[in-house]
Amino acid sequence: MPELLQILEPGESQKQEREDGRPLAVGIDLGTTNSVVAVSSGGAPRVLRGDDGNGLVPSVVAYAPDGSALVGELARQLLLERPEAVVSSVKRLMGRGVADVKSLEGTLPFEVEEDSATGGMVRLRVAGRTLSPVEISADILRSMKDRAEQQLGRAVDKAVVTVPAYFDDAARTATKDAARLAGLEVLRLVNEPTAAALAYGLDQQAEGLYAIYDLGGGTFDISLLRMEKGVFQVRATGGDSALGGDDFDHAVAQHFLGQRAAARGRTALSVAEVKAALMMARVAKECLSSQADGDWMLEVGGTMTRVDLDRATFERLIDPYVARTIAICQGVLDDAGVLPEDVKGVVLVGGSTRVPLVRRRVQEFFGRPPLANINPDEVVAVGASLQAEALTAGSDTLLLDVTPLSLGLETMGGLVERIIERNTPIPVAKAQEFTTFQDGQSAMAIHVLQGEREMADQCRSLARFELHGIPPMTAGAARIRVTFAVDADGLLTVGARETTTGVEQQVAVKPSYGLDEDEMSRMLYESMRHAKEDMALRVLTEARVEATRNCNAVAGALQADGELLDAAERAAIEQAVAAVQAAVAGSDRDAIAAAVEELERVTRPFAERRMDRGIRAALRGVSVESLDRQGDKPASEE
Amino acid sequence: MQAQTRQADRTAAQAAGTMVTRCWSCRGPVAEGAPFCPTCAAVQPPGQADHFARLGLPRGFGVDAADLDRRYFALQRQLHPDRFATRSAHERALSQQQATALNDAYETLKDPLRRADCLLKLSGQDVVAEGCNLVNDPELLMEAMERREALAEAGSTVEVDAITRATRADVAACVGGLAAAFSAGDLAAAGRLTTRLKYLQKLVDETRVRKLQLRG
Ligand SMILES: [Zn+2]
Repeated sequence: MPELLQILEPGESQKQEREDGRPLAVGIDLGTTNSVVAVSSGGAPRVLRGDDGNGLVPSVVAYAPDGSALVGELARQLLLERPEAVVSSVKRLMGRGVADVKSLEGTLPFEVEEDSATGGMVRLRVAGRTLSPVEISADILRSMKDRAEQQLGRAVDKAVVTVPAYFDDAARTATKDAARLAGLEVLRLVNEPTAAALAYGLDQQAEGLYAIYDLGGGTFDISLLRMEKGVFQVRATGGDSALGGDDFDHAVAQHFLGQRAAARGRTALSVAEVKAALMMARVAKECLSSQADGDWMLEVGGTMTRVDLDRATFERLIDPYVARTIAICQGVLDDAGVLPEDVKGVVLVGGSTRVPLVRRRVQEFFGRPPLANINPDEVVAVGASLQAEALTAGSDTLLLDVTPLSLGLETMGGLVERIIERNTPIPVAKAQEFTTFQDGQSAMAIHVLQGEREMADQCRSLARFELHGIPPMTAGAARIRVTFAVDADGLLTVGARETTTGVEQQVAVKPSYGLDEDEMSRMLYESMRHAKEDMALRVLTEARVEATRNCNAVAGALQADGELLDAAERAAIEQAVAAVQAAVAGSDRDAIAAAVEELERVTRPFAERRMDRGIRAALRGVSVESLDRQGDKPASEE
Repeated sequence: MQAQTRQADRTAAQAAGTMVTRCWSCRGPVAEGAPFCPTCAAVQPPGQADHFARLGLPRGFGVDAADLDRRYFALQRQLHPDRFATRSAHERALSQQQATALNDAYETLKDPLRRADCLLKLSGQDVVAEGCNLVNDPELLMEAMERREALAEAGSTVEVDAITRATRADVAACVGGLAAAFSAGDLAAAGRLTTRLKYLQKLVDETRVRKLQLRG
C-alpha cells in the first residue's frame, strides 16, 4: 500500500533522531514482588508488556541445574513445585548481612547461607548453588532488559532504577552492582516516591508539599516530597516493612476459616489448605473492590463450605491495618512539622491502594481525593522512564535527594558520633576531627555506622577500616580528620587523614555488604559472554567522549581568542584538531590518545597567551568574562 | 628604578593571578569562583569561595529566604550531577564537587545559627565550641538551668507545648537581636547572641524529645 503523506509533529524529529540505532535508556521498578520496565520517548512514557498484556513481571527467579535462570510468571508457578530452586522477595536481602537476616528468620521463603568469607552480604542456597542477592537481582534486571530490547528492537544499555527512599547505603550499592552485572549502566538511582511524583507530572505543578502513599503486598511506605521550581526534595519518610495487602488477605482468610469452623467444627489445617484459604481471600478482596458482597466455596478436609463476605464486614476486618498506615502518616507529618492540610496532593502507589477503604481513609486524613488515575502497580516505572529520558535527552526537572538515615562513626564507649544528619541534601561532604586517646597510639579503628540510634550496636554497621602509621604523640595530640562524602545516588565514601603528617586511608564504603571489586569483576566476566569486547568498547567510548570534549574546548578558545595566533600557528592547531576528529571516527583508542596529546602540545603556547591576557585584564579590573578582546595585542613570548 | 617597576608589576600580576584560574579543559583564563569557563563552558572545580560568594550574596546576616532558595535552585539546576549524566568522568566528578559545595553553602546560610557562626568565622572571631561558654555568661547559665528543670517537670504534652512556644518566641527575638548586632558591626554582642541561640535551639530539640517520651 502506498503511503499517503508523512506529517511530522513537533517533537517528532527529535524522536526519530533518538531511534537511529543509539542504545536507549529505560526506567525499571525493581520491586519486592513484581518488577516493571517502561520507556519514554518525547515525554510519552509506556510500560513494556508481555504477550499477555501484563506489565508486571513477578520478581521470582527459578534456577535450572545448569545454572540458567528463569524469571517471572513461569518461575512463580515453579515456586510450589520446586521451592529449593526458586527465589522470591530477594529485594529484602539487598545489602543485608547475616546478622540482619537473623531477625527475618522463618519469614524467608528460602535457605540462607551462614557465612560468606568476608562476613559480608548473605548468600542463598539455591538449586545446589550459592548465590548472592546481587546476582539474583541481576537476573531479574537482565530479564527486564531483554523484555525491553525485544519490544523496542534495539539495544538497551542504560537505566534509571528505583529504590525505596529508606534504602541504606549498602542496599543502594547492591542495587547498582546488580544493574552492572546485568549489563545496565545506572544513570541514577531514583527513590520510588519521587518516581511516582514524576509520573503524575508534579514537577510541572505548582510548588508545594506532596505525599506519596505506597501500600504494597508486604510493605507500607509514606514519603513527603517538597516540589519547588521543578526541584524535588524528599522531606521525610516513614513506613512499616511488615504491613500490607497480605495482612488484608490473612484477616479475610481467618474470617472464612472461622465461618467454616462455626458450621462444621474445628479441624487441623494443612499448609496447602491455609494457602488455598489465602488465595480465596485474595480473590474475595479483589471482588469487593468493585462489588458490595459475594460468596465463595472453601474446601477443607475434602468438604466444601460456602463462605460469604460483604463490603462492610471486609472493611471492619481490615480497618486496623488501614488505621495503622494513617497513624504512620501522622507520625511522618509530625516529624516534618507539617499539618495534613499543608499537603497539596497525595499520590497512590501499590496494588493494595485499589481497596476502596484505603482510598477513603487517605482522603479523610489529607482532606482531598488522592491521585490514582495511573495504574498504581506501574506508576513508579513510568516515573523512572521519564527520568531516564530526562537524563539522556535533557530536561528542566531536577531531583534533589536527601540522606535517608544519619551517618556517623563509633566513638569511645560504643557511642555514635553523627557526621551527616539524616535529611541532608546530597551530594554532601562533611569532615570531623578526632584524636587519639592513648600516648603513642599509632593506629585508629574507624567504624562507619548508619542509623538514628545513640549506641553503635543499635545502628547499621557499614564498614570498618584502620588508619595506620599515626606518628607517636601524646594522647589527644594527633588530629585525625575523617571525611564522609555521599554522591547523588546516595552512595558513601569515607576517608581518614592524620593532618599533621598526611597519613591517609580512603575507602568506598562497599566491601562490607556489597561485593568487592575482585568478586565483581569475576562475576562480570562469568556473566558476560563478550566481557572483553564490552570492556574495550566502554574504554573506547570514554576516549571518544574525552577527545570530542577537547576539540570543542579548542574550538571555543579559537573563537574567543583566535587573534592571539598568527596564521601558521592557527593552521597547526586546526590541523591537530582535524587529526583528533579523524582518530575519533576510527576505533583505535591509542590513536585517539596520541592525537589528543599532540593537540595539547600544539595548543600549549596559545593557552599561555590566553592566561597572560586574562591576568592583565584582571589587573585592570576587567572581569574575565568581559575581556576587552579588541584592545589587546598578542603577547610576545619570553 | 626599572627593576622596581618590574617587581611591582610582578606582585600585582601575582595578586591578579589569584583571581584568575586556568580552565582545565581549554586551559584559558577563568575568574576565581566562576562555575563555568566563559570560553568553552566546561564546569570548573568549586574553588575556595565562601558560602556567601558561592550564592552571589553580600556578606551579612540579613538573608531573604525566598531569594536564597531561588539562587540555590538556579545554580543546582546547572551544576547537579544529573546534568552531567552523559558527560565525561572528569566533568561528572567536578559537578559532584560543585553540587556538594553548593549544598554546604545553602544549608549554612539557610539556618540563622549556622549563618551567624559562619559570619563570625569570616570576621575572624573564634566561635567557641558548643555549650562550653555558657559558663562565661552566668545569666544565660541560670536561665538554661531553670528551663531544663521546667521541661523535666512538665507532666503533659500541653505543658511541653507551652514551653516550646515560649522558646520559639525567644529564638525569634534572638535572631532579631543578631540581625541588629551584625548590622551595627557589634561582633562581641553577635557572639553572645550566637551562643544563646545555640542553647535555645537545643532546648527546642529537647522539648520535642520530651513530648515523644510523654506520648510513650
Ligand atoms: Zn575552558
